[in-house]
Amino acid sequence: MKPPPFVHHAPRDVGETLEILAEAGPRGKVLAGGQSLIPMLNMRLAAPEHVIDINRLTELDTVEAGPGGVTVGALARHARVARAGVHPLLGQALRLVAHPVIRNRGTVVGSLAHADPAAELPAVLAVLGGSVRVARAGAAPRDVPAAEFFTGPMESALRPGELAVSAHFPALPPRTGTAFAEVSRRHGDYALAGVCAVVTLDGDLRVASARLACIGVGPVPLVVDLGADWKSAADAARERAEPDGDVHASAAYRLHLVGVLARKAAERAERTAREAAA
Amino acid sequence: MSTRLFGEPMPRREDPRLLTGQGRYLDDLGPGALAAAFVRSPHAHARIRDIDVSGALDVDGLVAVYTWEDLPERIGRPLPLLIPHPALTHGRTARPLARDVVRHVGEPVVMVVAEDRYLAEDACALIEVDYEVLEPVAGLEEAARGDRLVHADVPGNVGAHLVQEVPSAGGRSAADAIAAAPHTLSFRLDIERSASMPLEGRGVYARWDGADLRVYSSTQTSTSVRMAIAAALELPLPHVEVIAPDVGGGFGVKIVHPWPEELLVPWAAMLLGREVKWAEDRREHFVAAAHERGQVHRVRVGFDDEGRVLGLDVSILHDHGAYTPYGIIVPIVTSTQLLGPYRIGAYRVEFTAVYTNTVQVTPYRGAGRPQGVFCMERTMDKIARHLGKDRTEVRAANLIRPEEFPYDQGLTFQDGRPLVYDSGDYPEMLRMIKELIGWDSFERAPGRGIGIGCYVEGTGVGPYEGGHVQITSDGRVHVSTGLTSQGQGHETAFAQIAATELGVPVERVSVVTGDTRRFGYAVGTFASRAAVMSGNAIALACAEVRAKALRVAAAALEADPADLTVTDGLVHVVGAPSASIPLATVAVLANPLRYAFDEETARATQFAGAASPDRPPVEPGEEPGLEGRGYYSPIRSTFAAGMHAAVVETDPETAEIKVVRYAVVHDCGRLINPMIVEGQIHGGVAQGIGGALYERMAYDGDGQLLNASFMDFLMPYATEIPPIETGHLETPSPLNPLGIKGAGEAGVIPVSAVIASAVEDAEGISIDRMPLSPSDLFHLREGA
Repeated sequence: MKPPPFVHHAPRDVGETLEILAEAGPRGKVLAGGQSLIPMLNMRLAAPEHVIDINRLTELDTVEAGPGGVTVGALARHARVARAGVHPLLGQALRLVAHPVIRNRGTVVGSLAHADPAAELPAVLAVLGGSVRVARAGAAPRDVPAAEFFTGPMESALRPGELAVSAHFPALPPRTGTAFAEVSRRHGDYALAGVCAVVTLDGDLRVASARLACIGVGPVPLVVDLGADWKSAADAARERAEPDGDVHASAAYRLHLVGVLARKAAERAERTAREAAA
Repeated sequence: MSTRLFGEPMPRREDPRLLTGQGRYLDDLGPGALAAAFVRSPHAHARIRDIDVSGALDVDGLVAVYTWEDLPERIGRPLPLLIPHPALTHGRTARPLARDVVRHVGEPVVMVVAEDRYLAEDACALIEVDYEVLEPVAGLEEAARGDRLVHADVPGNVGAHLVQEVPSAGGRSAADAIAAAPHTLSFRLDIERSASMPLEGRGVYARWDGADLRVYSSTQTSTSVRMAIAAALELPLPHVEVIAPDVGGGFGVKIVHPWPEELLVPWAAMLLGREVKWAEDRREHFVAAAHERGQVHRVRVGFDDEGRVLGLDVSILHDHGAYTPYGIIVPIVTSTQLLGPYRIGAYRVEFTAVYTNTVQVTPYRGAGRPQGVFCMERTMDKIARHLGKDRTEVRAANLIRPEEFPYDQGLTFQDGRPLVYDSGDYPEMLRMIKELIGWDSFERAPGRGIGIGCYVEGTGVGPYEGGHVQITSDGRVHVSTGLTSQGQGHETAFAQIAATELGVPVERVSVVTGDTRRFGYAVGTFASRAAVMSGNAIALACAEVRAKALRVAAAALEADPADLTVTDGLVHVVGAPSASIPLATVAVLANPLRYAFDEETARATQFAGAASPDRPPVEPGEEPGLEGRGYYSPIRSTFAAGMHAAVVETDPETAEIKVVRYAVVHDCGRLINPMIVEGQIHGGVAQGIGGALYERMAYDGDGQLLNASFMDFLMPYATEIPPIETGHLETPSPLNPLGIKGAGEAGVIPVSAVIASAVEDAEGISIDRMPLSPSDLFHLREGA
């Protein structure tokens, strides 16, 4: 469990980083928190010739909250984002991400770029309709909406030579509640299945819109738009989920679970929406 | 201060070192050594057609590449079968490097030595092995069908078959007793594979200086590794030293020896004239060390209206993996320890051990007992359910009574000796565990259940251990014993014994284990035997040293040795503490000197005038110095026991299982250090909960291990383990001078049985297969 040889690059700014990335192309891999990449290197599941270490890019260690939402830079660690307390759903999700040691090192944007279908943060970006800002040398940055960003298990819209510089999590509308419910084998593990929910009430305190994002039940976070019919959460999630079985749980159990969790998350989000409106 | 330390909950003196990163583990040693790495089979079953190493030759820093063809005959032959048994008619062991056929994923094929481990792995990746892939034998039942063979010369894949039968007092066979019983039940029980999984893997580091070989190994037996290496490398034993440094856990897997790497690394070090080291990585440990637990049990039981077992017939299918280096100890232990604290009418047990194309099976903490206890305790629960009785009432009806000790179960135990329980008080233990968990006042509710499990554990198996104790002229006490330590707290417990026996402050006692330079005769650390075996041996050695100290001091004090005692390191006349002499001075006087190097030693030189001119400076029959050696060799094992109970909650929707309370009553005879025993229990219970709810080896039909990492092999975290409540019962063993029994494996043994009992209580569904995941429980509910 030692990585194959690679060239380690330690650029000092984004411009330099993009130049190195452009040069390395498909032979390059970005190292941020390293919580997924380092084990993959050690197990020789990944063998990039160039590892571009962005840990010196302090300009990307940012958490900026504005009226439109929160923008998290590529070097902001989970723990820092959680401490900032800038977005309720992000906070709920980060509590479920692994353990303190991992949260102290791993980054929010890194988790999005890794695109594990059982990870929490891609679901948050997806359910909120957020986006990832992608930069490349010699071109203007582009914003990729969540719906286009996650393309498959461990696959994203990031192309060789590109760097995900930040992610934008839109702010919640008024009278909105959120919740994240999941079941994992052990505390902090990737979820067997998980559901985050966003429920918004109208002026008469009736549910106007409800959205879910489900994880662990398909190749990418599964977004389910319930409209006003938030009580159909369990059935709607089960209808659209296509889980696989693995060593931890059968497909049938995951399908059962996603329904249970969808209902729980929707109910909890509806309750918090009422509290927010009160 | 008091020197009466035996029985005190003294904090472990090794902990400050181990907890602050000062431990010296295998991979902390030899920073300049060459690194070995292995090309291992990616196939569960294949024939090696060709090995092409040419690609690796361009790697800068490559030192050597070895295949089986490069090995001398004494190393290339199959590894020893450590524990032969007449019933093991078809024992098979691997060669250190595969010769022609590989029989499990992970089997070593090529050894690479390079300047560092990175380069060694780079070279491994460039070696091409051409395999003819053969059909693997993946599952236990597939193996038992015998359609495909793991070893071409082992018909039906059967390595061993053993039947043991004990008729009832009236001479009835188990079959007859069951046939005649008012009630009978039969069922099947499964336990899946798990593994010891110590946080530090195996590792070997060897240095050859042209005449002497020193080997460090992360082992549970340095003396036996030494003999195996000396034999394989054809070196005289006095020229081989083996040292177990700090070892980060063993749990059974490191008692197996010699591992391929334990021969290959020293051999390469001698050949190359360079230090060579191999530290096993986690992936290697999953696929190239050893597993345990996988067994299928078919049980038939006959019982009366009170739930008393009149006849019990158990048929076991044991999964041996690809090889049998440790013989059939695991199924023997299951067969014999299955009976637990119960008096059974008539008993018949049969096991068939079969080969599969998976990692070999050798003992893992508990060593077959968790499976046996699962059988017996599930049986007790099923009897209770059948009769509509309380589960503890059925157990009480079957318990051996205190007045029945010594109790002969009529079987042959794993040490080849009769299975005779030496002491215990099982009814009192049952009363204590019921009280501790609140059995009679438990409020049952849907999704909330309580369970119980009882076991008896043969501990302290022979043949022997020894101890050496030396008091030096600075008054320090140096204790050494040959068996090894993997975190059990031996430095503390053995020091407590020595300080108590000698009458010295414990701070003056230091303990060394597992270093053949210090003590050459030992068996090893396994079978909950270290405290019983080395503890008693050290006590015997201390008695010898103490007697000599009194003789020497008596001469100096002009007193009768019978009037002397030792307190706080001072030898003095009983009742007259003013007439005293420190042990340090006694040590000086015990070693007559010609040369002095300080004031103390000057007192032992020839013109100091202390000795009689008419006697030789060292009396006939005496030896210079203040030291002693003792050996303890028991006639048979001593039997510890315990009863566990737990409360679980199951989620009605998600089927998650939560252990909310866990209680243990434990009897390991006289306690040397209750804090250490509790620590052992806590660790054991945590490991048991791992085995009950989380850990399994997920092999697919191709013999690939699908979860060979800590991401997918789910060792529980502290967050998964409830607080553990403990109670101690002390029934001393009559078999050894200190009255102690082993405690190392205790915590893990009944946990699967207890959790199954509790979940069954909560759910009303039979739980006959462990481990149990939420997904499993969901499907059991669907099928109910």
